[in-house]
Amino acid sequence: MADTRTIAVTINGKPHTATIETRMTLVDFLRHELKLTGTHVGCEHGVCGACTVLVNGISARACLMLAVQCDSQQVTTVESLATDGKLNVLQQAFQDNHGLQCGFCTPGMLMTLTEFLRDKPDPTVAEVREALSGNLCRCTGYQGIVDAALDAAKKLREGAR
Amino acid sequence: MKPAPFTYHDPRSLGDATALLAQHENARVLAGGQSLMPMMNFRYAMPDHLIDLNKVDELAYIRIEDNALKIGAMTRQRDIEFSADIGEHCPLLQAALAHVGHRQTRNRGTLGGSLCHQDPSAELVNIAALLGATMHAASTRGERDIPFAEFAVAYMTTALEPDEMLTAVTFPLPQKNCGHAFVEFARRHGDFAIVACSALIGLDAKGHIAEAAIALSGLSHAPVRPAEIEQALLGQKPGADAFKAAAAEAEKLDAGADAYITSSYRQHLARVLTYRALEQAAAQANEMQHG
Repeated sequence: MADTRTIAVTINGKPHTATIETRMTLVDFLRHELKLTGTHVGCEHGVCGACTVLVNGISARACLMLAVQCDSQQVTTVESLATDGKLNVLQQAFQDNHGLQCGFCTPGMLMTLTEFLRDKPDPTVAEVREALSGNLCRCTGYQGIVDAALDAAKKLREGAR
Repeated sequence: MKPAPFTYHDPRSLGDATALLAQHENARVLAGGQSLMPMMNFRYAMPDHLIDLNKVDELAYIRIEDNALKIGAMTRQRDIEFSADIGEHCPLLQAALAHVGHRQTRNRGTLGGSLCHQDPSAELVNIAALLGATMHAASTRGERDIPFAEFAVAYMTTALEPDEMLTAVTFPLPQKNCGHAFVEFARRHGDFAIVACSALIGLDAKGHIAEAAIALSGLSHAPVRPAEIEQALLGQKPGADAFKAAAAEAEKLDAGADAYITSSYRQHLARVLTYRALEQAAAQANEMQHG
């Protein structure tokens, strides 16, 4: 018999209860059970960063956590960023600065930067690059992403929402 | 579903965790999951029982006591990176941590997880070797202390018995007047190093080397402490001559090869990085002495 548990987890502020196999990763839980397919899954061994989400506000690889470990925790995904179809400041900065092309890595980039800009509102270029070192992009060459991060940081410091 | 089926356990105390380990065959403890989870996703590791330590709160702490730094095995790398106490008493550990993986992996990854995974080029493993850490292990049979030199027994294999787990690590603090350095060469920032070198240098009142420690990772299954090179530095004037001689000896150390990196290239890196580490550590020691 499969080993299962019932978990209660808050995703983007909304409570969910589900009975899952204990071996199910968090990213598979988000995508397959909750149909929250904004979180992408790439390498599945913690290298590419596409599945980055926030667990209790702290960034983590959703492919390296089990869904059962998120029982009673708060998970934040890329779906939380836009409001009523309107991009938030960081997302808009990605669009304005060519921060994405195919878009596969973007959810992970956005979640990493959501945490990073919250902790460091006025980062240097080097700090942005270091923060992004755990997220791989094969399209942009990163420059557009770095520009987007700095642009978003500036607008957020000026009070944009 | 990526990992093979297992039975999940989430004990709340060390006693419960060791009881589960003693009770079950083919059980693995799960710490931050930054090494074991990839291995399970690939099905390199297929434990029948997974004992998740993330709710064993008593295993996460940072304490400075009796000239030593004691860190619980489940302490997150992030908490070590940002600990003001460690920044004051053992900044070397934070210098090494800056090279460990990425923000997201340090958020979850633990000290104990890295040391038990025992990747030969892992930065925390290197520091445990340099400082001569003591590994504290527990099982239902009792507790025991294992000197780090006896902890790494083979490639990615520790001295822990199947029913034992790491509970904490004690790092003897370097002398207050020691300069330190951690340098490595990796293909990209955050990758595992090809070769890494850490060093401690302490100077006497005349400015001569009174203390020297070197740990080189990436040459073999565990970091190497080249005792003869360390000894030869004692009493010398810190500078290019002494460090070049030490680096030349480091190049003669045995080094393994794999499909990507030859042993001679690792030896070349051992020379270059030994020189850089000694130079940086000595410069820092000199600055501490003269302000």
